[in-house]
Amino acid sequence: MRLMPLAVPSAARAVVVTLIAVALALALCALVFVFYGVSPGTVYGTMLRGTLGDPTGLAEVGRRTIPLLLIGAGLALAFRAQFFNIGAEGQLLLGAVFAAGTGLFVPLPGFLILPAMFVMGALGGGLWAGVAAWLRRLNVNEILSTLMLNYIAVALVTYLIAGPWKGKDVRGYIYTDTIPDAAYLSTLPGTQVHWPTLLLGVVVALGLQWVLGRSTFGYALRVVGENPGAARYAGLNAPGIATTVALITGGAAGLAGAGEVAGIHHRLLEAGQLSLGYGFTAVIVAWLARGHPALCLITAPLMGIILAGGDLLKIDLNMPFRVVDVFSGVILLCLIASEVFVRNRVAWGK
Amino acid sequence: MDNVVVEALVRALAVGTPLLLACLGAILNERAGVVNLGVEGMMAVGALAAFAVASASPDASLWAAVGAAMLAGAALSWLHALATVTLRANQFVSGLALALLGTGAAGLLGKKFEGLPLFNKVQDWNLGGFVVSPFTVAALLLAGALAFYLNATRWGLTLRSVGENPAAADVLGVNVGLVRTLAVLAGGALSGLAGAFLALSYRASWADNMTAGLGWIAVALVIFVGWRPLRAIAGALFFGFLYYLQFRLQGNSPVPTEVFSAMPFVLVLVVLALAGRRGQAGDAPAALGRAYVRGER
Repeated sequence: MRLMPLAVPSAARAVVVTLIAVALALALCALVFVFYGVSPGTVYGTMLRGTLGDPTGLAEVGRRTIPLLLIGAGLALAFRAQFFNIGAEGQLLLGAVFAAGTGLFVPLPGFLILPAMFVMGALGGGLWAGVAAWLRRLNVNEILSTLMLNYIAVALVTYLIAGPWKGKDVRGYIYTDTIPDAAYLSTLPGTQVHWPTLLLGVVVALGLQWVLGRSTFGYALRVVGENPGAARYAGLNAPGIATTVALITGGAAGLAGAGEVAGIHHRLLEAGQLSLGYGFTAVIVAWLARGHPALCLITAPLMGIILAGGDLLKIDLNMPFRVVDVFSGVILLCLIASEVFVRNRVAWGK
Repeated sequence: MDNVVVEALVRALAVGTPLLLACLGAILNERAGVVNLGVEGMMAVGALAAFAVASASPDASLWAAVGAAMLAGAALSWLHALATVTLRANQFVSGLALALLGTGAAGLLGKKFEGLPLFNKVQDWNLGGFVVSPFTVAALLLAGALAFYLNATRWGLTLRSVGENPAAADVLGVNVGLVRTLAVLAGGALSGLAGAFLALSYRASWADNMTAGLGWIAVALVIFVGWRPLRAIAGALFFGFLYYLQFRLQGNSPVPTEVFSAMPFVLVLVVLALAGRRGQAGDAPAALGRAYVRGER
């Protein structure tokens, strides 16, 4: 087997290769389920019936799409600039901390609370990513630093809800008091879909797509990502661009954190309950979208099905929620391994 | 010797053992030019495989358990080799996928072992007052062996040449893909061994998330010790000591517990930043993280 580079890989080819990769990934996951002792048909049937085939399930998918869309759109931009931010999990948590702190402790007139929470959430997430961007200037690989920052963010959240921010009447599970009513985001009736954040996600995804495709900054970003040598020759400030990109993705993840607090939980609570691995799943959302923030409008709901489906597997089939990590790992692996078939034609024989 | 010093050292060695084993594995594949961030996942499947085999019967062979762990680690890392060496995928993202897949699969398939005790755990050795696990002794010997292999043997030279200048190695007739694949497999086996230590000796039980971030610290340790196996001993001891401090100071100090649980990760960041500033990244194999395609520069 030989690989022949294609001068201009077509979009259709990318779509076909991606579909095959995802199908292969689902087949490999099926193998794991056989090992576990459940028939893959039962697993996939449960997931599909409970998410797409049922209004409550559909709402659950929608609820999980919101953070995935915000984070994924940001990551799509970051990957284009070759900034491998794996720390959206931590950035989401910091966004939640800043938003909850604002809602709980800053006396603001009612109509200002929600905007302030989202602004502070973006700030918190951006700050956390900013640390990684700064460390990158000291030659610290951002994959490692953003990962470490995830663990540190979890410790910070635990400290706050068990210590200084601990709620007045809390037993068993730890969490803070609830934020004032004025800080509650409205949801679609009967669901936990906080539609204003969903709308924000759509705006962010389309906005970042515009930035990437139409603005000077987006052009510079693409040059830095695709050809660092040419970027240097053209005098582009690559570290500055990487930092800006980090702040944008971190900020988007922070918005997602603020949305979870204002739209669903109405308080700060344990890290594991705030995020169901949104940060890692969003990596796949961005990779599936092949670096186009707008395409996350399609890929985020797809991964939302996997997250909501994972919940169903936990409840209906008593499987550990870790099953979601298996999906994520296998899909991601198949996606990146298939990349070579987008850019190359396969020729058989010598 | 003072009791406190001995206790600290024994504890540091215990936590340092999986760090050292995993770090040696990562050094091996990074010296061949392949980054594998999946250490945490390979450790997890190694721990699960070891526990599954050892708990199969009270007189199950522990050698078989160790072998199963190394095989499981290598099997998972083979996916990485396939994706990054054969199909030239991004090594960093593939490693992340491996970490997710490994911890996820171990958590899923290990559910039935949760909370079960292990009756035939590996017996510790008493070496003149130091109670250590055989794994610790093996890890120290392996560090020496790996240093010798890399620096004093022809095969070690071949491996390093593939990491420094694959094109030149290729011209000299070295099969770059094969060397890299073998290095990745060996690295996975060592990560699996680190997992076996956790399941057979350190905890002698199975619990989800038993690796608790140790794999990620091992990955960072590689940079800290400048890709040198003997220095890895000191690095692993250092982080092992930090864990000891965390254990020791928890509850007996006014500092909140969460500070201690965050400490290893904060320290990794500090250490990486210091290494980066010192320009230690310059010690990295020149072709690290880049796929080799014949005919391209």
